[in-house]
Amino acid sequence: MKELMKGNEAIAEAAIRGGCRAFFGYPITPQNEIPEYMSWRLFEVGGTFVQAESEVASINMIYGACGAGARAMTSSSSPGISLMQEGISYICCAEIPCVLVNMVRGGPGLGGIQPAQGDYFQATKGGGHGDYHMIVFGPQGVQECVDLMYNAFDLAEKYRIPVMMLGDGMLGQIMEPVELPPMKDVSKLEKKAWATDGTGVGKNRRIVNSLLIEPDKLEAHIKHLEEKYAEIAKNETLYEEYMTDDAEIVLTAYGTVARIGKSAVHMLREKGIKAGLLRPITLYPFPSDAFLKTAQKDSVKKFVCMELSSGQMIEDVKLATHMLKPVEFFGRNGGNVMTPEDIVDFITKEA
Amino acid sequence: MENKIIIAGFGGQGVQSLGMFIAFASIHDGKEVTFLPSYGPEMRGGTSNCSVVVSDKPVASPIIAHPDMLIAMNKPSLYKFENTVKPGGTIIVNSSLIEDKVKRTDVKVLYVDANRLAVEAGNSRTANIVVLGAYTKLSGVFTPEIMKAVIEKKFAKKPKVIPANFTAFDLGYNL
Repeated sequence: MKELMKGNEAIAEAAIRGGCRAFFGYPITPQNEIPEYMSWRLFEVGGTFVQAESEVASINMIYGACGAGARAMTSSSSPGISLMQEGISYICCAEIPCVLVNMVRGGPGLGGIQPAQGDYFQATKGGGHGDYHMIVFGPQGVQECVDLMYNAFDLAEKYRIPVMMLGDGMLGQIMEPVELPPMKDVSKLEKKAWATDGTGVGKNRRIVNSLLIEPDKLEAHIKHLEEKYAEIAKNETLYEEYMTDDAEIVLTAYGTVARIGKSAVHMLREKGIKAGLLRPITLYPFPSDAFLKTAQKDSVKKFVCMELSSGQMIEDVKLATHMLKPVEFFGRNGGNVMTPEDIVDFITKEA
Repeated sequence: MENKIIIAGFGGQGVQSLGMFIAFASIHDGKEVTFLPSYGPEMRGGTSNCSVVVSDKPVASPIIAHPDMLIAMNKPSLYKFENTVKPGGTIIVNSSLIEDKVKRTDVKVLYVDANRLAVEAGNSRTANIVVLGAYTKLSGVFTPEIMKAVIEKKFAKKPKVIPANFTAFDLGYNL
């Protein structure tokens, strides 16, 4: 029998089963169930839980712990993630693998506490200073949270890069049936040859650093990061095509909004409108090829990008499709969420 | 089969746990389900609601615009959601706290004197379980046996309260 789990709790449990043994964080709605769960669960598996004094402290604890080779994570929501941006930039430059969760709430500013997707730019384009990216997932439901989180640490360590789970308040609070994977044996994990874990001494000392003061060295390092991102794009891009085979109108959305879009697809098909949905699962790397191929299909007349923001992912959709077909936008904001009926109304009014 | 339910009332009336009972029953029965609670500062003493979708197939949208069933535990909830119910749908009204009648004529309505029946069952806190009984009967999605198994499991640590909850469930189921 499956278990009924809240998104936030399922993410926490999947992280532990995926090898997470340390959590550093600071409370903020709507993700508090993650630290709450971690505070007792990590204790059971011999891990470390610290409620830090701030988000700035949390992210730098991650920098330190993961720099020393630990599997550690933090979670927060929009304003808290903003506070972490300096640390994330350092971590990306120093190539420290770690996992971050952002259960997005309405912004800008302190905004509200209801679901939103206004942090897409921040998550996928860098967010802090300098040229960098993280791997960003946009899970659509609790099971996908579990599946992606379970392997997030492996992925982060494979490329020495942070992995961010970009959810929203709805995803954190929703309860759904899930199947949990078995516990990974952390004692069998390979030792990291670069980590500052005290084993490198003298001439073999290891250094984790984000300061490259000589222009040539910094440029070479950035070039190396670019190559890494290209490799990730080649190997790790994920997306889902939903009834797009004969679709004339291709809806596109990520996360929970894609679920609402799928219901809209069914309702539109009942009305005789050939609709489908293309859903990026990795938001970075963005599934540009899948979008271009879809745009090139003769059957496709237009895209409708749906977001809980003023329109952020739509820029990637326009870039990826080379604007071969019109890309329209339908969004709600401020913590309000569209219904499938709202989407159907928008599309039938346009048609 | 797809059963979309909105449950609403005051914080503290057991609105969220009522929804969770239905969600747990779904898992018990091998069905797909989403349980989406309202969350926020308004929850204590203010209004509280949740959306539950039970289905044979994976649930797409957890957001419900037009529920098949509305369970209104207090007056503001009935005002807020009455007009959203699908034509032909069902409204369960907690008549202990709502003296008004449903104005719609295109929906089925059941008035449940839940708070009084809860007292009759021997535990005034079981009003939501009375309503769960009424829901189980009206929706026909779950057998009463499955619901009772869920109740037993959920109160496993407080076995003393199980008999009153069973009685409350039966009172609602047999209305």
